[in-house]
Amino acid sequence: MAPSHKRNVKLGKLSKPSVKIAKIDLNSTVDNILESKKHANDVFDVFEFLQSEREKDVITAVEACSNLFSTLLERKELFKGKLPAEDDALSGECSAEDKYHIFIRHRYNNCVEMLLEHLSHELHAIQEASLCCLMKFAAAEGQHPLEDLDWSEHYSFPRELMQAIVDRLLSRTMDKSLLISRFHEFLEKDDIRYYVMSSIRENVGKVMDKSKGEVMPVYQHNVFTLISNISMPKEESELSNFMVKQEAKHEHWKAAKLIEHKRTFERMWLGFLKYKLPGNMYKKVLVILHDAILPHMSKPTLMIDFLTAAYDVGGAISLLALNGLFVLMHEHNLDYPDFYKKLYNLLEPSIFHVKYRARFFHLANLFLSSSHLPVYLVAAFAKRLARLALTAPPTALLIVLPFIYNLIRRHPSSRVLIHKPSAEDEPLEDPYLMDEDDPAQCHALESSLWEIKTLQRHYHPDVAKTATLINTPLSQKEDDISEVLEITTFELMERNLKQTLTKSIPLEFEAATQLLSVGKDVMGQHFCLE
Amino acid sequence: MGKVPKKHSVADKVRKVKTSAEIKNNPFEVKINRKKFDVLGRKSKHDVGLPGVSRSKAINKRKETLLKEYRQKNKSSKFIDRRFGEYDSKMAPEEKILQRFAMERQRAIEKKDMYNLNEEEELTHYGQSLSEMEKFTDMVNSDDESEEKGRLSAELTASHFGGGGGLLRKKSAGEHPDDDGGPKAKSRQELIEELIHKSKQEKRERQVQKEEAQELTEKLDHDWKSIQTLMVRKKPKAQRDETPVEKPKLEEYDKMVRELGFEMKAQPSEKMKTPEELAREDREKLQKLEADRLRRMMGDEEPEVAPSRSHVSADDLHDGFILDKDDKKTLAYQDGKWNLDEEPVENGAKGEEEEEEEEVGGGSNEEAEEEVDDASSEEEEEKDDEEEEEEEEEGEKEEDGHSDLESERESEEEEEDEEVKPEKSKEERKAQQEAAKAELPYTFTVPESANDLEKLLCGHTPDNQRLIMARTQKCNHPSLAVGNKLKLQKLVGLLLDYLGELACRSPPELTTIDKLIPEVYSLCQMFPQAACKSMQTILGDAAHSMEEVLEVKGNAAFPTLDVLIYLKVAALLFPTSDFRHPVTTPALLYIGQALTKCPVRSLEDVTSGLVLCCLAVEYVSFSKRFLPELINFLSGTLHLAVRDKTSAGYSVVPPFRSAGKHSDLLVLSDPESWKSWSRKTLPLSATQQLAFKNDVHADHYRLTCVYTCMELLSKCCVLYKDLVCFTHIFQPITALLSQHLSFTLLTEPLKELRTAILEVLGAAPLARSRLVFNKKKPVPLKLFTPKIVQVLDYGKKRGQTREQKEEHRLRHKYKKEFKGALREIRKDTRFLASEKLDDIMRRDAERKRKVKELFGSLATQEGEWKALKRRKRK
Repeated sequence: MAPSHKRNVKLGKLSKPSVKIAKIDLNSTVDNILESKKHANDVFDVFEFLQSEREKDVITAVEACSNLFSTLLERKELFKGKLPAEDDALSGECSAEDKYHIFIRHRYNNCVEMLLEHLSHELHAIQEASLCCLMKFAAAEGQHPLEDLDWSEHYSFPRELMQAIVDRLLSRTMDKSLLISRFHEFLEKDDIRYYVMSSIRENVGKVMDKSKGEVMPVYQHNVFTLISNISMPKEESELSNFMVKQEAKHEHWKAAKLIEHKRTFERMWLGFLKYKLPGNMYKKVLVILHDAILPHMSKPTLMIDFLTAAYDVGGAISLLALNGLFVLMHEHNLDYPDFYKKLYNLLEPSIFHVKYRARFFHLANLFLSSSHLPVYLVAAFAKRLARLALTAPPTALLIVLPFIYNLIRRHPSSRVLIHKPSAEDEPLEDPYLMDEDDPAQCHALESSLWEIKTLQRHYHPDVAKTATLINTPLSQKEDDISEVLEITTFELMERNLKQTLTKSIPLEFEAATQLLSVGKDVMGQHFCLE
Repeated sequence: MGKVPKKHSVADKVRKVKTSAEIKNNPFEVKINRKKFDVLGRKSKHDVGLPGVSRSKAINKRKETLLKEYRQKNKSSKFIDRRFGEYDSKMAPEEKILQRFAMERQRAIEKKDMYNLNEEEELTHYGQSLSEMEKFTDMVNSDDESEEKGRLSAELTASHFGGGGGLLRKKSAGEHPDDDGGPKAKSRQELIEELIHKSKQEKRERQVQKEEAQELTEKLDHDWKSIQTLMVRKKPKAQRDETPVEKPKLEEYDKMVRELGFEMKAQPSEKMKTPEELAREDREKLQKLEADRLRRMMGDEEPEVAPSRSHVSADDLHDGFILDKDDKKTLAYQDGKWNLDEEPVENGAKGEEEEEEEEVGGGSNEEAEEEVDDASSEEEEEKDDEEEEEEEEEGEKEEDGHSDLESERESEEEEEDEEVKPEKSKEERKAQQEAAKAELPYTFTVPESANDLEKLLCGHTPDNQRLIMARTQKCNHPSLAVGNKLKLQKLVGLLLDYLGELACRSPPELTTIDKLIPEVYSLCQMFPQAACKSMQTILGDAAHSMEEVLEVKGNAAFPTLDVLIYLKVAALLFPTSDFRHPVTTPALLYIGQALTKCPVRSLEDVTSGLVLCCLAVEYVSFSKRFLPELINFLSGTLHLAVRDKTSAGYSVVPPFRSAGKHSDLLVLSDPESWKSWSRKTLPLSATQQLAFKNDVHADHYRLTCVYTCMELLSKCCVLYKDLVCFTHIFQPITALLSQHLSFTLLTEPLKELRTAILEVLGAAPLARSRLVFNKKKPVPLKLFTPKIVQVLDYGKKRGQTREQKEEHRLRHKYKKEFKGALREIRKDTRFLASEKLDDIMRRDAERKRKVKELFGSLATQEGEWKALKRRKRK
């Protein structure tokens, strides 16, 4: 009886909001509510603030809510179990105490809904505050479960709440990367991570099925930012940081087992990769695949399909897929037919210009380091790289030339490429076939590396010097490519810029009289000073 | 056992008695060290040794030191000399004595004179109390003295005070070493008398000597006077006045010659060079510079060209001043005329003319000439500084410096001739008008900051700006004031920055830049280091900003106009053909980077790219180095003009794409527009913004771009004709031109270009010979005949640096010392052992003796006792 009366009064007040209300100290309101059940209806004041337009009000209200409900949860003043409809409960015949509990529980649910709404607010501060508050609720709920444990197989973890949060985070229209990066702090708790991963899987399945596999860039971007930064534990013993402590049957809890984590992780990724990805997302996934995803999967071989598909795409994506493939071949015994042929066909002028050049050459170096490769293959690689080097920038040349030299060093029988003294010293055309896809058919062994001879006339002194090495027998020791892999043009320039001022600087002796002289210089012939 | 040392001692004793000569002659004492080789001219100290002598010496020494120490071992009581400073080796002995004396006195005073109030302390002289000495003063003073007084008196005092006996004995021993008995018989009285007698005699002798010397001097003076007149052939004054010598009458010829000698000689001046000479020198200089450039292009290490050292006179001041050989002409007739007269006249006339000209031209040229001289002297100074460091190459460098100096002066002069003369008439008038109008000041202070520079140049016409810069340079020439050098160095950077700023303005003030180029060039010639540094910073900054953008986005925008201008200026200031150059190598790298990383998105970008290509061609035009980016970009540009992109046959290299948003930039919008096209040059400002009136205009622009591109390609073809992979490099070009662009290139010039390029490409030989390693020099077989090397300094280790030698020497010394020390220690122990043994033997002998004595006494006692007993029994 009493609550309804109170409520009516409060509702009356609510209907005519005055300026004064804004001034009410929320903290004292919260204290009042907590002090006695008489003031329970003040909770609506707080809610009003929560829906206000002003940023400050909202944030203070969020704080107040978080204080209020976490205390209430601690006091176990929320109704447990299946919640009856509000009006039924109030009119029904239960004790005043129960009615109060049911009332509070409904307000709590309202609050959670509002906070979830706020996760899509345009102001980041509000989003963040709401998220923190929600996570606090989740922790409190975990400690004092609102469900009856007996028929909940998931122990005491607020799964619904978690699912709701994840659903909000993975927005289809808004880029939530900032909020997601904040959310990552909570993922350090092992159980949260576990349940979040399974929530993501469900969410992805639901959303992508609804869109029928169409590419949804914003959504997928959100998903990717969320899942790419999940840091998985390496060993069972690392699983010790839980938000919710399970008193009973802890060892049987799924969230406490590494294998379950791995399985969920794997399912999540596979679920994500199952659908068509936007082009740059493909690259991003492939970049992190080998060291952030594969090691944490329970069965890495499940990635084979994805990787082979990626390898067949061509271009930069193939280059990136190489890394994952390498891990699978190396550690999981993957047998890939015609691997080298495909690798050979990957060699195109663009490999010298893509961002992942260093990674590619690192891997190629690994693949070609085997001494059991046939000579024709090695020669084909060397020749093709040399031919491509004719279009390469100096930074790439500084990688390619030692790379070719290393190939020749490892396979001494391929030395004919740079040294083939023959009895009949007649000039011949280059027998190498650039357009041939099969390294066995391209006649590379019958050719010579005239390209490197050409590069001896390259404009950059370092390249020219490196290229002159073929004039004499190569040294036995292999060059270390890893040093030059990451070199940039600017670093090359800096080398030249810094190593100076010791000797006198040569100057042009033809006196300059004007900027563009029409007769002499090339620029003057084509351009005028306008 | 015990006899060994004893034997030594006996031998030593014997040796002591014998004289050294006796020992040396004794064949048993002498050990001769056999020499293996007799080396001429080498003195060896150790051919003969006296082992016995040295052993006994060593043993004696040990006895004095080691043995004493041994005896003192484990003994607590010791004699310690506690005299002041006895063990202080740093103190000088006199000081030691003084201190001791002072201390002694102090002690005495403390003890004795504690209650002594006013009694004077006793004064002494040479340790003798003065009061006692007074008694003899009369006698000493009685002698009238000369400088030898001190010695005599000392003798006397010694004889008187010291008892005289010792001294006398010594003296007599020195005087008569042979007869010992004589002096002892003389009594004291006699001795004193003798002494006095002797002193008197000495005095007398001295007097006589003095007189004789006086006499001799006088005589000498006299003689000298008589001889003096003879020697100088001059009579003493008095005589000369009396008889004046008749001068021989001077002949007319002599007179003339003398007069001629005193006449003002015409000032020797530098010979005017004939045009042929000038041209020849010019050619030689250029040849030298060209050879230098070629060498740098090949990337050879600087070979220290060491021509034969030119002779350096001992009087050489190393100031770079060398007398011109042509300066001093021998006086001679030529075609019946003085050869000397002509030139000065000519010269003078020329000079006047020049002066006039210069005055008209604003007096700047006059300054310029001074400038040149100053510059050269400045350079000399710098050169000198360097030379101080490298004294060895002094001579050579001197030569170099001089030749540089000469050539530079010539070149500058020539430049001026070239530049100034044709413009003179215009410039004259202009200068006059402007002087009247604007009153351009003649002196400027060097701007200290970019703002100052801008203020200085702001509002002037490009020509005036140049003039201002020129005058600033001249007024503040480094040789004129101390701080000028730094200021001008700073100006280089500022001026370069200013160029960039001019290029950044809209519209870019390119004509001003153009006008300022000569000033930048001359400043750069003056301060290569500063120019190099500022150019490097500019390029470094540009590259850095591009790198940053690249890291974030993966591609970057084409460089702005100022960077393009800088790249061009760099090519003007520094040689582009060097194998490695601190400025041009990074600049070329930057061009390459820009050509690969900057995507072409508009016609402006195409223009920028073409400018970069032009620059690249310019950079490599002399050295013919291979620049892959250039070919890539040009073929990519042609690809932009291809209408139908589907049929390949060539691959496109980034930044271009085979198809995409911006891949149709150069395709004509109206295929017929080529008809109205005519060739034009592209404006540089088009790199920043372009605006077209209509489509035809745009199409014309496109055609111009294509034309430029083709022109560049044809240049590349010529440049790279000799490369082994020529055909492979140009394969995309061939494909593009022969298959894809045949429809586009319809106008006459384009067609011509196309056929020309294709011809060159077709003419290239496809075949080439196989790669083989360079032939190695055959390693000669090992020969068994010894290699004979002439050795000039025997006994010295060769082929080592000074440090190595020093180290070697020290090592050797250490080894020697170490061995010596070991030997000494061994000898010491042996000596000690023998001494110990000796002690033991002595003790044993003593004991034996005592035992025997005891036994003896006991036996006698027993005997006595028995005798007594027997007696009793009896």
